[in-house]
Amino acid sequence: MNLYAIRAIYRFEMARTGRTLMQSIASPVLSTSLYFIVFGAAIGSRMGDVDSVNYGAFIIPGLIMLTLLTESTSNASFGIYLPKWSGTIYELLSAPVSWIEVVIGYVGAAATKSVILGLLILITARFFVDYHIEHPFWMAGFLVLTAVTFSLFGFIIGVWADGFEKLQVIPLMIVTPLTFLGGSFYSISMLPPLWQKIALFNPVVYLVSGFRWSFYGVSDVNAGLSFGMTLGFMLVCLGIVWWIFRTGYRLKN
Amino acid sequence: MPAIISIAGLGKTYKSGFTALKNINLDIQRGEIFALLGPNGAGKTTLIGIVCGIVNPSAGTVLADGHDIVKDYRASRSKIGLVPQELSTDAFETVWATVNFSRGLFGKPADPALVEKILRDLSLWEKRDAKIMTLSGGMKRRVMIAKALSHEPSILFLDEPTAGVDVELRRDMWNLVRGLRENGVTIILTTHYIEEAEEMADRIGVISKGELILVEEKHQLMRKLGKKQLTLQLQNPLTQIPAGLSDYALELSADGNELIYTFDTQAEQTGIAALLRRLSEQGIDFKDLHSSESSLEDIFVSLVRTNA
Ligand SMILES: Nc1ncnc2c1ncn2[C@@H]1O[C@H](COP(=O)(O)OP(=O)(O)OP(=O)(O)O)[C@@H](O)[C@H]1O
Ligand SMILES: [Mg+2]
Repeated sequence: MNLYAIRAIYRFEMARTGRTLMQSIASPVLSTSLYFIVFGAAIGSRMGDVDSVNYGAFIIPGLIMLTLLTESTSNASFGIYLPKWSGTIYELLSAPVSWIEVVIGYVGAAATKSVILGLLILITARFFVDYHIEHPFWMAGFLVLTAVTFSLFGFIIGVWADGFEKLQVIPLMIVTPLTFLGGSFYSISMLPPLWQKIALFNPVVYLVSGFRWSFYGVSDVNAGLSFGMTLGFMLVCLGIVWWIFRTGYRLKN
Repeated sequence: MPAIISIAGLGKTYKSGFTALKNINLDIQRGEIFALLGPNGAGKTTLIGIVCGIVNPSAGTVLADGHDIVKDYRASRSKIGLVPQELSTDAFETVWATVNFSRGLFGKPADPALVEKILRDLSLWEKRDAKIMTLSGGMKRRVMIAKALSHEPSILFLDEPTAGVDVELRRDMWNLVRGLRENGVTIILTTHYIEEAEEMADRIGVISKGELILVEEKHQLMRKLGKKQLTLQLQNPLTQIPAGLSDYALELSADGNELIYTFDTQAEQTGIAALLRRLSEQGIDFKDLHSSESSLEDIFVSLVRTNA
């Protein structure tokens, strides 16, 4: 293991995050506050409880997931796309590092940032609503696992993208809609029966549902299944990353 | 002593179907400065890219210090430093951070004293806290050299290190390269300034259209392929070369004022003495004479032209 290389990449990426700290932190905190004002206070006050959880509290896990997914994907994709775009990737390719080390460095840094943002939202939410966390251990588990999985996913997007548009199209066109339709703001059981079935094909449903279970002990789908699905998706991403480095896909000529 | 880099049967065909390298066989000796020359698009950067792990080879093998660059990439790459042709740097990083990053990436523990020395040697120390984007092109090139040296490579590839570098800095760079060689570093460089290769290199390889058309010790190359010319400035212009001199390889300048005699530097007898005797027999007087030797540049141009 080239531990020095992992540390160098991780630090480099965290320094990049640090340079844009204000916008990295300010924007999710601001948007979360807006969500709470609009959905929590204005609309939520007219809504009954969902699954016997106050609506304002009900949307917290979904909001965190929304940020976690978009931030992990865009962060990790940008992290690996940037050296490809600027040409500094030559150094990574000529260094005595294995794909595992590169991935730990880049994905680790992207996931770290996402987890920090997730926790920030959790803290911000406290100013608006009361909530409790029933299974804190599982909550942390879902948080980290999701951050890592979608950072891996973002890494793949970053390698695949050959322009800035492509870099943005996936988070915008796929991740955000899937998250909105994934039960961030409602329970799947509130949908018509047919849509409930269709929703089960949306992987984000499992994430949000499992995460919400760790807060309130209620869920749309079994929490174990949620965890298993996330783990499965992570393994698929790992497999793709391994293949990318083995073949040099879009990294080498 | 075994070669430090051993290239055998190396070929590269890009995805576009273009064959950039054909069956390259080349051994680089430990501690030498090897200059790789060739016109634009000859395949120099491709060859370097393969050895350094940036380009996947289509055929053949490369050993760096005995380690296969594909199977044993960790061992081989940790020996190699690369300064690529393209200027590509992390705009927002400081000089200090980017050089230390390189050292870490190559698996070496932090060594601020060494990094300081490298930055001082490259006249970058004053700029250590500057963001790279605020540096000039020549400074950025030196940052890339500092990055390559940060992990103490025993093999250094310099792909056109002096492109866009001013005269004084070029001298500095030559001194740096010589200093590295004295410390046992093997250096492979490409350049379009032939006088640079003439000045620096121990051996020269010429690549043209993806083929290595010549590898030769520099002095030997110049002796073997070099030509000397003797130019005679005539007292009275001639309209044509007199018949009595037809057995000499002579040329007459357009204005008829100069006779040019070309001869082989390796020949036992240059024939100059006999030629001069013959001239006086023929009653041809001259007021001045000078001789010139072909430079590496002349040799290079004629080589590449015959290969075209
Ligand atoms: N990624 C690529 N895809 C297709 N062809 C390529 C690629 N990279 C280089 N080539 C082609 O391979 C040939 C050799 O390119 P290379 O960069 O190795 O030349 P070079 O000798 O370094 O030239 P220069 O002196 O201009 O730097 C060129 O014809 C180039 O167009
Ligand atoms: Mg080149």
